[in-house]
Amino acid sequence: MSVIKTFGKYRNLLGELVKKDIKLKYRNSYLGVIWTLLEPLLTMIVLTLVFSELLGKGTKDFPVYILTGRLLYSFFANGTKAALKSVRANAGMIKKVYVPKYMYPFASVLSGYIIFLISMVVLAIVAIARGVYPTVQLFWIVIPLLQILLLTAGTGLILATMAVFFRDIEYLWGVALMLIMYASAIFYQADAVMNEGNAWIFKLNPLYAVIVNFRNAVFGHAPDMQAMWYATGFGAAAMLIGIVVFYKKQDKFILYL
Amino acid sequence: MEERNAVSVRDLGVKFHLSEQKVDNLKEYVIRLLKHQMRYKEFWALKEVSFDVKRGERVAILGLNGAGKSTMLKVIAGVLKATEGTVTRSGVLVPLLELGAGFDPQYTGAENIFLYGAMLGYQKSFLKERYDEIVAFSELGDFIHVPLKNYSSGMRARLGFSIATLVEPDILILDEVLSVGDVKFRKKSENRVKEMFEKGTTVLFVSHNLQQIRSLCTRAIWLDNGRLIEDGPVDTVTEHFEAKVTK
Repeated sequence: MSVIKTFGKYRNLLGELVKKDIKLKYRNSYLGVIWTLLEPLLTMIVLTLVFSELLGKGTKDFPVYILTGRLLYSFFANGTKAALKSVRANAGMIKKVYVPKYMYPFASVLSGYIIFLISMVVLAIVAIARGVYPTVQLFWIVIPLLQILLLTAGTGLILATMAVFFRDIEYLWGVALMLIMYASAIFYQADAVMNEGNAWIFKLNPLYAVIVNFRNAVFGHAPDMQAMWYATGFGAAAMLIGIVVFYKKQDKFILYL
Repeated sequence: MEERNAVSVRDLGVKFHLSEQKVDNLKEYVIRLLKHQMRYKEFWALKEVSFDVKRGERVAILGLNGAGKSTMLKVIAGVLKATEGTVTRSGVLVPLLELGAGFDPQYTGAENIFLYGAMLGYQKSFLKERYDEIVAFSELGDFIHVPLKNYSSGMRARLGFSIATLVEPDILILDEVLSVGDVKFRKKSENRVKEMFEKGTTVLFVSHNLQQIRSLCTRAIWLDNGRLIEDGPVDTVTEHFEAKVTK
């Protein structure tokens, strides 16, 4: 059966898996889906308190700066981590029922993406409250939003494949994520590091390239075209490698689970 | 493939790697690779198995534990990939293997109907349409709105069976599932399977109950250590099998 025909048959499953992830995440919690909004808001408050009040280097729109970086980073981190675990977590099903296996990593990234998009509401509220108003540049926001999805799904596929064969990937990736977080200028101004002559950190980090243009769109600056192309290229490459690696190894999963 | 064959198995071989020590972390893998110590024990669960199943035939697969029966069914169901050889099948296949393997314990019975249904490749509209029928057949009543973790194993099996047998399959794979639930449900599920038989469904059946096999099947395939020993009419093969095993 061709890939498209198989996907057609199982497209209902992708929806069901995404729905399950979201439903179960907040089941048995009193506030339910409101946590999607509350969680980034509370983290932002903590980070703002630490980095702007205590260290005293914040401006009025600093919370918006933190929130933009933090939202993108946490989607990337949670999405890749969930995808990494997805194949192993569903080992029981993979061994017993035939479904296209890519459903599992894709479903876990997509459910994270929906939660991420919902939490954009917090960003809008905080931005308005802090005097950051939308301009015509806001239309550019669509591109980083797509780039982050591509980057997360692609990386997630690669990690999910590797994690089947090597359990250590989970811990290694945790450390790598920490490095990526500090290299993404989430709670400090990137200029300070760049002035020290360390701009290469940001040039190499694809996540920073996404964050930069996301911030540009929110703050009403023109997009950084170099970062735009870099993030797109990196995301597309990650996706391509992810698909190839996953496709080539998927028949072996069952022997290692 | 000929039109009349529902399943066609050609020179099927399935190989498993049984590494002596399970290497599943990177450090050990690198060390072993450097020392050239990546040794695997190869194990052929199935080797050079060929047979055709005609449309409407009911075939039992015989063999002792570890003979490769379940591996064979898993390859035909598409869960496992053949290492060599080919398996072709035509028509809608319903595998009644490990009923309810796709259930989520946190989900209620009702939610699981849609999840498990999707896993079997059913569309949402179809599931909605048949929802009442599933609930009625499974006899779960109000329990359908209770999370699955509170179900007894019999209740789970009943729900799984009710969902899986929703469509009329061309090929039905049965792996000792005719023993689910209590006496009452067993009778009901047997009737449903028999109904399918009468409609000319092709059946692949694994069981250790030779009496049941003789009454349900027309043909039998005997596997031993992954190889096909005998393939023929059910009475002859079960007789030979019984003679060999009880000797």
